[in-house]
Amino acid sequence: MTASSTPAPSASGPSGPSGPPGLGRHRHKVVSSVTEALADLRDGMTIMVGGFGLTGNAEALIRGVVERGVRDLTLVSNNAGNLGKGLAQWLHAGIIRKVVCSYIGNNDDLHTRMASGEVKVEITPQGTLAERMRAAGAGIPAFFTPTGVGTVIAEGKEVREFDGRTYLMERALSADVALIRARKADQFGNLRFWRTARNFSPVMATEARLTIVGADELVDNGAIDPDDVHLPGIYVHRIVHVAEHENPFEYRTTRKRG
Amino acid sequence: MPYSKEQMAQRAAAEIPEGAIVNLGIGLPTLVADYLPAGHAWLHSENGLLGMGPFPYEGDEDPQLINAGKQTVTVLPGGSTFDSSQSFAMIRGGHVDLAFLGAMQVSAHGDLANWAVPGGKVMGVGGAMDLASGCRRVVAMMQHSTKDGEHKLVARCDYPLTAARVVARVITELGVFDPTPEGAFRVVELAPGVTREQVAAVTGAPLL
Repeated sequence: MTASSTPAPSASGPSGPSGPPGLGRHRHKVVSSVTEALADLRDGMTIMVGGFGLTGNAEALIRGVVERGVRDLTLVSNNAGNLGKGLAQWLHAGIIRKVVCSYIGNNDDLHTRMASGEVKVEITPQGTLAERMRAAGAGIPAFFTPTGVGTVIAEGKEVREFDGRTYLMERALSADVALIRARKADQFGNLRFWRTARNFSPVMATEARLTIVGADELVDNGAIDPDDVHLPGIYVHRIVHVAEHENPFEYRTTRKRG
Repeated sequence: MPYSKEQMAQRAAAEIPEGAIVNLGIGLPTLVADYLPAGHAWLHSENGLLGMGPFPYEGDEDPQLINAGKQTVTVLPGGSTFDSSQSFAMIRGGHVDLAFLGAMQVSAHGDLANWAVPGGKVMGVGGAMDLASGCRRVVAMMQHSTKDGEHKLVARCDYPLTAARVVARVITELGVFDPTPEGAFRVVELAPGVTREQVAAVTGAPLL
């Protein structure tokens, strides 16, 4: 049989490529609005949001989630907003059921909702939080760490000794959606970040089933040198250009000149 | 005369060898940076910064360049920024030489409690547990007693632990003390004019 006698497989339909859903979803990632970027969000989802406090928040996407009106969300983020800003908007809107974070500090928006029982909080050590995401993104279901051994964090977890030191087992942590901010994105979703705004965003992108990026700047493919890519576009599924940010300060500390 | 906070920071800075990678916790440890000669050591901040510099000059502050206390900072020539996973791999992989951490209680075996007061507001652990378990040497900086006169250097911590048997050295306003496997604090040095008896009276564990 020659090649010409075989019908060419069509790009879609029953004789096209087959496999699990989501194959080939790296075609058109750039959308024109936050609303469009968030179209697949549903009630009850687990959503990870990049940022260390208010630094590195995808501000327009965070606002957009409130406008979209989804609720009963599980939020995974190092902090859940502060000073009434950032993710505190989700707390004000009453759309969060549970928060997984490392630090609450003086976030009274969260303290009051914890106290009333409206929001459940799971405290996770910051490095364990990052590593649980990294593991999920790399296909590792669990790992052992000394962080938390002998503390309340170890309660109910498997403990094991390796080479004379005690470790506890932590499970990988994945999410339905990650909302992150990048300094620059190309059309494929290769990203660059700015200073300490990077924090959890790249690792969150690796493990979410849908990673949505708010990019300060959107450029053509090729405009970012391959050696300068911080996060390869394989981890990015949707990109929206967001030019304006408030970039709030939490603690503005300076020294005098001279 | 007991050490002032500035003298405690200066004493802590003397613990840092040239070329060390150092993480300074929030509060008292932050002051240590003021007593490090330029180029002496590299400061690591767990939110993703190595080669952290001093606060920026007025007008130069960038809200996206902060330390782990969310204060605006600068980055020195030779510095780098990276993500949280990389940052904690540095800590947990033993690449950060020294951590200076604030403490609520330290036991004579070196247990550290610095994240929660029983019955108090839950503040969260942040990176404290990772730093305490992962850094190669942990130095606690604290006042020797609480404002109500309760012991903070104790035989056994009754506050929730951050990590067990990790503190190598404690610097307080009264001096420098090392927890030991025997469960006693070795007196390394006393602040000028402070006596061993004075220290023993405000310490909840034996002195060596």
